[in-house]
Amino acid sequence: MPTPIISIRGLHKWYSGVHALNGIDLDLEPGEPVGLVGDNGAGKSTLIKVLSGVELPDSGEIRVEGRPVSIRSPKSAMRLGIETVYQYNSLVPNMTVARNLFIGREPLTFSAGGIGIMNQRKMREDSIRAIAEVDLHLRSPDTPVGELSGGQRQGVAIARAMYFKSKVLILDEPTNHLSVRETSKVLGFVKGLAAQNVTAILISHNLHHVFVSCRRVVAMARGKIVLDKKIAETSIDEIVDVI
Amino acid sequence: MKRALKIYLEKPELAGILLLVVLTVFFEVRSNGVFLSFQNIRGVLGLLPEVGAVTIGFAMLMICGEFDLSVGSVFAITPMSIALMLNAGVAFWPAFAVGVLICAIIGFLNAFITLKFDIPSFITTLGMLFMVRSLTIVMSGGFPPLLAVDKVPMALFTDFIGGGLFRASFVWFVALVLLASAIMARTNFGNWISATGGFIEAARSMGIPVTRVKFTCFMMCSVLAGLAGTVQVFRLKSPFPNLGESLELQAIAGSVIGGVALTGGVGTVFGAVVGALLIRVIDNGLVLSRIDANWFKFAIGALTVFAVVGNSWLRRTARRIKLEV
Repeated sequence: MPTPIISIRGLHKWYSGVHALNGIDLDLEPGEPVGLVGDNGAGKSTLIKVLSGVELPDSGEIRVEGRPVSIRSPKSAMRLGIETVYQYNSLVPNMTVARNLFIGREPLTFSAGGIGIMNQRKMREDSIRAIAEVDLHLRSPDTPVGELSGGQRQGVAIARAMYFKSKVLILDEPTNHLSVRETSKVLGFVKGLAAQNVTAILISHNLHHVFVSCRRVVAMARGKIVLDKKIAETSIDEIVDVI
Repeated sequence: MKRALKIYLEKPELAGILLLVVLTVFFEVRSNGVFLSFQNIRGVLGLLPEVGAVTIGFAMLMICGEFDLSVGSVFAITPMSIALMLNAGVAFWPAFAVGVLICAIIGFLNAFITLKFDIPSFITTLGMLFMVRSLTIVMSGGFPPLLAVDKVPMALFTDFIGGGLFRASFVWFVALVLLASAIMARTNFGNWISATGGFIEAARSMGIPVTRVKFTCFMMCSVLAGLAGTVQVFRLKSPFPNLGESLELQAIAGSVIGGVALTGGVGTVFGAVVGALLIRVIDNGLVLSRIDANWFKFAIGALTVFAVVGNSWLRRTARRIKLEV
């Protein structure tokens, strides 16, 4: 058994009286795409928020590659190699592809105290290359993201995570509001992550999507993990039963 | 070719530039060539830095998704406090520094109240507009105090350089335009401002310090308004307590005419300058064309609506130009 990329023990989180996470234990293997499923309010969003640094857990331990860590902010999650692609999309529509790809991590030619001149040439060249890596081909890095289709946007967000060498990529409902063709494109991106040894965590309401793109499925209900099996050893019916 | 056309149509400041050209030609004809005469350009450019600096600060704040209605009051309180300090025997530079500090503090308070209590900056700064104006009038005792002109190094502020076309303030203004444009277009901080105003959730989830960005923009906006007011008082040589009344509306109009979106995230410094210049041009052009000056506000109002309608039409047209992306 290799060291789990992420290892969670006894994670608890309360929201004003609601026990959103009730003792979560979970190990994620490097490069193994996991589907995280559950009904609304089951706690999957909370778990994701804790992992991506948006919320702090009330108790419990998280280890990344065996090292105990505390994830205090989205920035610290990214530094640990945990990147999140949100359903509402983590891109700014009015900004160009190149600028979006480097939001918050702009390459600087000169800087003082973290503020400086952006290397725009590098941003434009690298963004096109990064996007091509996920098999998305845009001609211009200067296109505003708002002009891309939903699937292309998710492609840009995934390309961003890949470019910054994230080890874990959390995808929160990435196929919401997408057409059938775009959806299969995004699921293709997810499947491609394993080949680059990136661990994908796919949150989806659509069990079918989880079954085509993941190797393992974790189901949650009332703040607990109620099922954790290889895709090959379970069925959609069994999962629907527990959640 | 198609791509170039699309890129230009998408520029948010395009409508403003087109209007500026049209109005310049119109006023030049109406005034029988006086409008573009040396003396008149000298006059227009002399006043531009004042409303221009306010508009730039305002536009940057708007791009980051916030609003500052208190600029007109800050415009008045800064020179008022400097003038009173000079009269009380304080030397010029310390008085000037304290004046700038006062506007920075007002900007800080605007940001602090807005962000700490999570209320719209429209409300915070509306309150600040009244409070700061009231303070200014109380400080002055209702009458404009004398400005100790001999203590002010006018050559650094409003004197015409070598008796030529430009006042000293215009040089500062050009420097400000270049610096602010560079910040917006070339630095990571500019990227953060656009991201914060464009889609704050995305900015936050990517680890951008959105609170710090907003604090900086609020304070920059206030400081620029205070400096602009100071320059105006040095030009007029008297700190009127009602200086800059309804200036916030001109700053909004200038920004919006220049293509800054009310919702944040879109706009350029250059656009804001074009918007401010348009306001100066109309003010001046109406007088030269012997049109009743009371039409000024009508013209600004019509222009604002027209520019925004024009802009959104241009953008829709650009969007219809389909390119393979």
